[in-house]
Amino acid sequence: MPTPPRTRSRRGTGRSDVTATGSSGRTRVAVRAGAAAGWLSRITGRGAGATISGRVINRIAPDALAELGRGLRITLVSATNGKTTTTRLLTAAVRTRATPVATNHTGANLTSGLAPVLAAARRPGLAVLEVDERVLPRVVDPLAAELLVLGNLSRDQLDRFGEVHAVAAAWRRVAEAHPDLHVVANASDPHVVHAAGPARTTWVRLGLRWRADAATCPVCAALLDWGTRFACPACGFAEPDTPHRLDGDTLVLDGERVPLRLGLPGRWNLDNAALAVAAAVLHHGVDPAVAAAAVGSVDTVAGRYMTVPLADGRRARVLLAKNPAGWSEVLEWARAEGRPAVIAVNARVADGTDPSWLWDVPYELRRGLPTVAAGDRSLDVAVRLRYAEVDHTVEPDPRRAALALPGDEPVLVCSYTQFAALYHRFGTSDA
Amino acid sequence: MRDAPLRIGLVYPELLGTYGDRGNALVLAQRCRWRGIPAEIVEVAAGDPVPATLDCYLLGGGEDDPQHLAAAGLRASRASLVRAHEEGAVVFAVCAGFQLLGHSYVAADGTVLDGIGLVDARTTAGPTRLIGEVVVEPDAPLPLLTGFENHGGRTTLGPGVRPLGRVRAGGGNGDGSGTDGARADRLVATYLHGPVLPRNPALADHLLAEVLGPLPPLDSVWEERLRAERLAAGSRTGLARWWQQRRLARG
Repeated sequence: MPTPPRTRSRRGTGRSDVTATGSSGRTRVAVRAGAAAGWLSRITGRGAGATISGRVINRIAPDALAELGRGLRITLVSATNGKTTTTRLLTAAVRTRATPVATNHTGANLTSGLAPVLAAARRPGLAVLEVDERVLPRVVDPLAAELLVLGNLSRDQLDRFGEVHAVAAAWRRVAEAHPDLHVVANASDPHVVHAAGPARTTWVRLGLRWRADAATCPVCAALLDWGTRFACPACGFAEPDTPHRLDGDTLVLDGERVPLRLGLPGRWNLDNAALAVAAAVLHHGVDPAVAAAAVGSVDTVAGRYMTVPLADGRRARVLLAKNPAGWSEVLEWARAEGRPAVIAVNARVADGTDPSWLWDVPYELRRGLPTVAAGDRSLDVAVRLRYAEVDHTVEPDPRRAALALPGDEPVLVCSYTQFAALYHRFGTSDA
Repeated sequence: MRDAPLRIGLVYPELLGTYGDRGNALVLAQRCRWRGIPAEIVEVAAGDPVPATLDCYLLGGGEDDPQHLAAAGLRASRASLVRAHEEGAVVFAVCAGFQLLGHSYVAADGTVLDGIGLVDARTTAGPTRLIGEVVVEPDAPLPLLTGFENHGGRTTLGPGVRPLGRVRAGGGNGDGSGTDGARADRLVATYLHGPVLPRNPALADHLLAEVLGPLPPLDSVWEERLRAERLAAGSRTGLARWWQQRRLARG
């Protein structure tokens, strides 16, 4: 399988002669000040600390990212859902062929999260970095990224981030500015196709199950036709043809069938794995079977799918769901597995303060399965479940809620801030 | 008791459904069924004409491009919608749906999007988005309403319609009148989503009663708990906004 040529130069500077310890004092100060600002923001309860620390770093040393990126061949992974997992899977696949590979494995995906990882990276080397979808356009240039891996775009925290179109438009400006930049992208998401179109893009057909944010054409705003693939009857914008596709649990790359046997649950993780293996094989030159084996060995990702102890000695399996597309996938999986579940929803700043999306999610899938409504917004969940005619109880504390469920390993589906608290308390550095 | 099921129209859910608006239709349908009144949700797909034969018409919130498409569809179906309303159907519109029921929406770049003029209201795009919990005090017999708003519109009502209520916390119509929404016979329009009917069962029953007549009471313990929690949260938001403005005014 051909590996695309790597054509982008890195501002003409030699890269292998720069080491982490060689970064300038200004950059080191900026990274530390950024971390301190983030810590202050967190302990004073003003926010998650990520945005402010990125601003501090940029203010003190505007070239910090460019300097920190030197000597590294950088892949950036972004999406609304699945970026942490795809990054982890791609890193596992790339590590079979190249070392060292630096990565932000905890999901710290803003400038402040990238900076310390880059500062500590050994070089020359590779970096596979998850980047927040709104931060991506700002870091592609300073980091001189050689590959973007783009998954999906759907509604997420509308109260903070606004509409999906704006994110797609910002991505597209990056692609327009870099027509030679290699992108591995999901061919089935109209927003992603519109965004990545102008770049040198390798498309992978994954299928799109959450279509509520893709009713209209991103190019001309007409209503899209959704047959087996999307097409705009007005302007001709359509799902691109590609020899790479996910067929059930098999990835097809140029006709070669690569079975994916995952340690992670759910249909959505097949999407993540397909994109990761495609990028590893088609860009980084990893052997397909080797990439698939490496991806299959991953069974927790930054706390996702970890288990946490309950007061009665059992353990609960933790899943993260942040938006309606993610919730829909998780509920389908829990239904197929017949799993008792806690539905835990917070609506703090980092979750988005508006949980109206609860009514976009098919909680009817919980009918007949033991279910508890939990989280700061347990009453919103309880009312949603009542109208879905799902028998349930209400207990705001997620781990206490799980005690009421039968079974060896109840499922605890959490929004972001509950998940972060559980990961902070019970996660291991490798999980 | 009626034999034919109550037909609840969800108008263009792909275009006007950004903020969980489907929930409002589900709440109306279930509150009928739980009272033994058959009800069905009829989705009017984008591109299709809106039929004149439904009992309720629900229009939700939408993003800019979808709102333009929805406006075109509604203008084409204006006669059906107006006739159905005159003949006894209920119309309930939220956010973008509210704006489209008015005469016009003037976007930030000056382009004018024509509505259907069922409500005597005009909207312009404001300089900022109004985002957060809202509390609205409607005329009796409706109790305090709670919702969440996220919109850039500033809507001014004409003499032909009265507001849904006075804003106790949040922005609402945002035109300086201190009001939210619009209310007429068998018509309620508002900027409250969340969605608004699960949070305000009395408003849901008010809409149903306008079609069905007086309804037997229904156990709404969990809805009322949610409503009380959200009213408290909305009041806190209101206090925080007031405090911020006071500090700004004093420099």
